[in-house]
Amino acid sequence: MKVEAKVLLGLGVFFGIMCAVYWNWSLENAGGVMMFAAMLLCFLPGGYYYWWSRRMKARPEDDPQATQASGAGVVGAFPGTSIWPFTLGMGAFFVVLAMVFGLWFLVPGLGLVIWAMLGGTAEGRRGGKV
Amino acid sequence: MTDVLDPPVHVEFHDDGHDEHHGPSGILKWITTTDHKVIGLSYTVTAVIMLVIGGVFAEIIRAQLATPNGTLVSLAQYNELFTMHGSVMIYLFAGPFAFGALANIIVPIQIGAPDMAFPRLNALSYWLYLTGAITMLSGFFVAGGAANFGWVAYAPLSNSVNTPGAGADLWIGGLLLTGFSAIFTGVNLCATIFYLRAPGMTMFRMPIFTWNMLVTSILILLAFPVLTAGLVMLYCDRHFGTHIFSVAGGGVPVLWQHLFWFWGHPEVYILALPFFGMVTEIIAVFSRKPVFGYKGMVFATLSIAALSLGVWAHHMYTTGVVLLPFFAFMSLMIAVPTGIKIFNWIATMWRGEVWFSTAMLMAIGFLVTFLVGGLTGIYLASPPLDFFTHDTYFVVAHFHSVVMALVLAGMAGLYYWGPKITGYLLNERIGKFQFWFLFLGSQVFTFPLYILGLEGMPRRLGVYPHDPQWKMLNDISTLGAILIGVSTILFVVNIIYSWKKYPAGDNPWDGHTLEWFTTSPPPHHNFYRLPQIRSERPTWDYNHPGHQAVGHGKQIEPAQPVEEVPVS
Repeated sequence: MKVEAKVLLGLGVFFGIMCAVYWNWSLENAGGVMMFAAMLLCFLPGGYYYWWSRRMKARPEDDPQATQASGAGVVGAFPGTSIWPFTLGMGAFFVVLAMVFGLWFLVPGLGLVIWAMLGGTAEGRRGGKV
Repeated sequence: MTDVLDPPVHVEFHDDGHDEHHGPSGILKWITTTDHKVIGLSYTVTAVIMLVIGGVFAEIIRAQLATPNGTLVSLAQYNELFTMHGSVMIYLFAGPFAFGALANIIVPIQIGAPDMAFPRLNALSYWLYLTGAITMLSGFFVAGGAANFGWVAYAPLSNSVNTPGAGADLWIGGLLLTGFSAIFTGVNLCATIFYLRAPGMTMFRMPIFTWNMLVTSILILLAFPVLTAGLVMLYCDRHFGTHIFSVAGGGVPVLWQHLFWFWGHPEVYILALPFFGMVTEIIAVFSRKPVFGYKGMVFATLSIAALSLGVWAHHMYTTGVVLLPFFAFMSLMIAVPTGIKIFNWIATMWRGEVWFSTAMLMAIGFLVTFLVGGLTGIYLASPPLDFFTHDTYFVVAHFHSVVMALVLAGMAGLYYWGPKITGYLLNERIGKFQFWFLFLGSQVFTFPLYILGLEGMPRRLGVYPHDPQWKMLNDISTLGAILIGVSTILFVVNIIYSWKKYPAGDNPWDGHTLEWFTTSPPPHHNFYRLPQIRSERPTWDYNHPGHQAVGHGKQIEPAQPVEEVPVS
């Protein structure tokens, strides 16, 4: 967890320095704002990982001497098959077509999106735990 | 190695028959799957089809330019063709092929994970990509034709007055869909790499390909939202009467260029870094050596990513409103980590037992071609030189050297990992023919374009009646394009010829990383068992127990005697 934090925080610090130099030198706002946002986007997960890395034991994947047995148990929940990603994708497709060919495409588009959101939520974590 | 497989333990299927073993088959399986390997294969097939479509556009463009007064297509159609050629190749082939296809299949296996962290999000990414591709290409079937403002869609050319019609809107919509697809894949890869590594697979034991995919994913998350925001603004300008990019209403046209290139230049590395990773793996395996300078490679990748966010305006030097010294300095700085990579690739081969398989030849072809593209990039990073070559064929030649290098690397990846994905090898003899056609074709195609650029031929030119002296160089370039086309046909021929003919076995290349430890193709959830992970080459350590485990160029400890641990 520490390396993950360092990678993200390191990138964030670099973007911060770059942002300060660029913004002060060029006085151009678009690039300054975008680099500032990039810095924040690195600090957010980087800070989260840093916070946790100081409060938890090294995970088996962070331990160079870990054996495979130390990672035994349930890794996570992995769904088997699911129709909802396809449904949601088709819904998004129709929503985009509505941008081009007319708002009536929103009827099937949003319909599929809402249906997929409800279906996917109800499906929950059904599937194999591995 | 895996002839006798231990039964999996710790697998608790609470599913009521919805797991892949008992799931649907045929088209329903394709539609409902959440298995990263099946999704990755769908991505691979779709992306290769896009490569062929984009390639056909390229061949038509080259045929048009073979004579000064080309009449194969009208100039309006020519505008559509070069726009859609660039769009298809960049948005629909190179990126999705790297992070949707190969990374999707390989990264979870390389780190010992059973699947991607968010399998359903992964499936959604594919459907958004496919529908995005269909949306963008359907522009050819609407009145007014497909988008025709170049793949960069500069304002104000891309507004509703200068480019009316549905084709441009379909381009925007398609790009929105594929953009979200990329963002979701980026989230998925980051989460997978951060949370699903096998025990002992520390960050600095991850294969370089996985490292590069992590950095690529971070770049995707930083860059793509900016493009999405820009596209929404462009759409609003076109349809809702806003004037974000129009001077008339108080807007700033050059803001589009800032937004586009703030995505566009990191995108260059989003395209390139995965292929750098593939080549690193391939060169090490076929040189029978560990990667030279593992940590140097990782830090070079991180440096390229960090610098790539500060170089966007080197595409905008000639606008006259960007800070030239800053962008020139940052752009030239990128040559340093890139040089480290090239040095390390050569040093990995140095004194290795180099096996010139098709994959290795493609990787070496990548190295040479990329070097040409990289060096000419240094010219373009320098503002005084860029002013004279901007928007000429010199720029076209530069980035085609780079992307042809990526095509070579992608082919290397297909020859290298194809047997793992399908269980069957491709024919090496046809593969080597394909390599020579592709490699020589790339050089014959690009070199004349450099000279044409220096002679002043502007890009996006459909006819050149007043400069007939450009014909010969254009003809040579067209010949190169034909050679590249032949290489693509040879690839298809190879797939058909080799179909289920040469069983690969689990580890045909004596590979280093975990994907070569499992079966070909891997089972559902990827592994029946895993070796102890004590270096960045766990499979090699397992298969060569007499050797010392080598970590980052130094010996760390004797490789563990064979320990097979069944995994969940």
